[in-house]
Amino acid sequence: MLLIRCPFCGPRDETEFHYGGQAEIAYPADPSALTDEEWAGYVYLRDNPRGWFHERWTHSAGCRTWFNVRRHTVTHEIAQ
Amino acid sequence: MRHPDFLWRNPSPKSAYDVVIVGGGGHGLATAYYLARNHGITNVAILEKGWLAGGNMARNTTIIRSNYLWDESAAIYEHSLKLWEGLSAELDYDLMFSQRGVLNLAHNLPDVREGRRRASANQQNGIDAEWLDADEVKKFCPILNTSPHVRYPVLGATLQRRAGIAKHDHVAWGYARAADALGVDLIQGCEVTGFEIDGGRVTAVRTSQGRIAAGTVALAAAGHTSVLADKAGIRLPLQSHPLQALVSELLDPVLDCVVMSGAVHVYVSQAHKGELVMGAGIDAYNSYGQRGSFNVIERQMGAALELFPIFSRVRVVRTWAGIVDVAPDASPIIGPTPVEGLYINAGWGTGGFKATPGSGWVYADTIANQRAHPLAEPFSLDRFTTGALIDEHGAAAVAH
Repeated sequence: MLLIRCPFCGPRDETEFHYGGQAEIAYPADPSALTDEEWAGYVYLRDNPRGWFHERWTHSAGCRTWFNVRRHTVTHEIAQ
Repeated sequence: MRHPDFLWRNPSPKSAYDVVIVGGGGHGLATAYYLARNHGITNVAILEKGWLAGGNMARNTTIIRSNYLWDESAAIYEHSLKLWEGLSAELDYDLMFSQRGVLNLAHNLPDVREGRRRASANQQNGIDAEWLDADEVKKFCPILNTSPHVRYPVLGATLQRRAGIAKHDHVAWGYARAADALGVDLIQGCEVTGFEIDGGRVTAVRTSQGRIAAGTVALAAAGHTSVLADKAGIRLPLQSHPLQALVSELLDPVLDCVVMSGAVHVYVSQAHKGELVMGAGIDAYNSYGQRGSFNVIERQMGAALELFPIFSRVRVVRTWAGIVDVAPDASPIIGPTPVEGLYINAGWGTGGFKATPGSGWVYADTIANQRAHPLAEPFSLDRFTTGALIDEHGAAAVAH
């Protein structure tokens, strides 16, 4: 079970959070200019590394803020 | 007592093969077997970084069914189920395939509508499916709590009588022995560390046991497919998650069918040996750690105990997780990749075991004929660009 540090509420149990997948996926600056391949990439392609992963969590049972976490996908260690 | 004969050789890799399959799980073993049996391609190696069938093949809950909603899925899973029905005889190995029936429970009105729609769709695709109301569910599975006074009452269920379970190890051993006998080299402890790609075509794999030239390279690595594809410069729409399961202590026979509930995230059967086998939903976060969070098990147990109060004093013996690769539409990806000669069979997510024979059959055909098998065509990588997704979240996202 993960102990996740919410930037406002401090360390809380994983069950208070929901996962949001890879962090920092920017909405395309000019969506209508994208090819189908580029649009599919934006919608569907995400990194899936074995190792450190920059990801989104939301404190859904607390302050409800979204924030980024760096977590290792093998050890589940969360970088401080 | 005499030690039993080994079921397959343990050869050292040759310097070159016509086909190199990466991953010695169920799908890789079945692919090799059908390459040799159906297509006469026997200069084949399976490279397995650990030991044969030591990944998800050893970690799944062995449920086999074909009651998928969409035509494309129904076709490939039913092809697989038909192969299961003759597989023990074909491999001359008792796979303990038991068509004991699978119930998929409905707990609310949308579940009921979805279940009836699914049963109807299955029937139109020639797949056996029935809708049972709550009383009929109770008759089929008497220990199931169908009282209306629980948080998620059972309002009915779909039933596929031809569905059931098999003994996962026997499936792997049966395919491995048969593939080995046809000349396939099963090479364990051999990790693929990279690919040699020349002019857009794969020519060899680099491994922990040296370079191996290959006419065709076929990935069958389930949860680790993204890691391998990355070494070939291919990004895939896959995310790897832990999928947890557990077994109880051994019990006398108490449950003679398979019960699944997507709504409350649990599925249960009793293995031949006597343990209850229960699966959960995936852990939400990405992981390669082969373990998940305890709260998922706790939630799964809560659901199981509401459905089966009789299990309340049963002890859990062991929990574990496998790493499953899930595509955005919860359907597999089978076929060619942007690298010529490199094929992919991945994204089976939480439901790969049941597909083992069908997946191996169509993947072998795809590799042998250098084009997607008709049943694999809808599951191409480019569906994410064309938008022709096969959304099986209803069938696949949680319960398999």
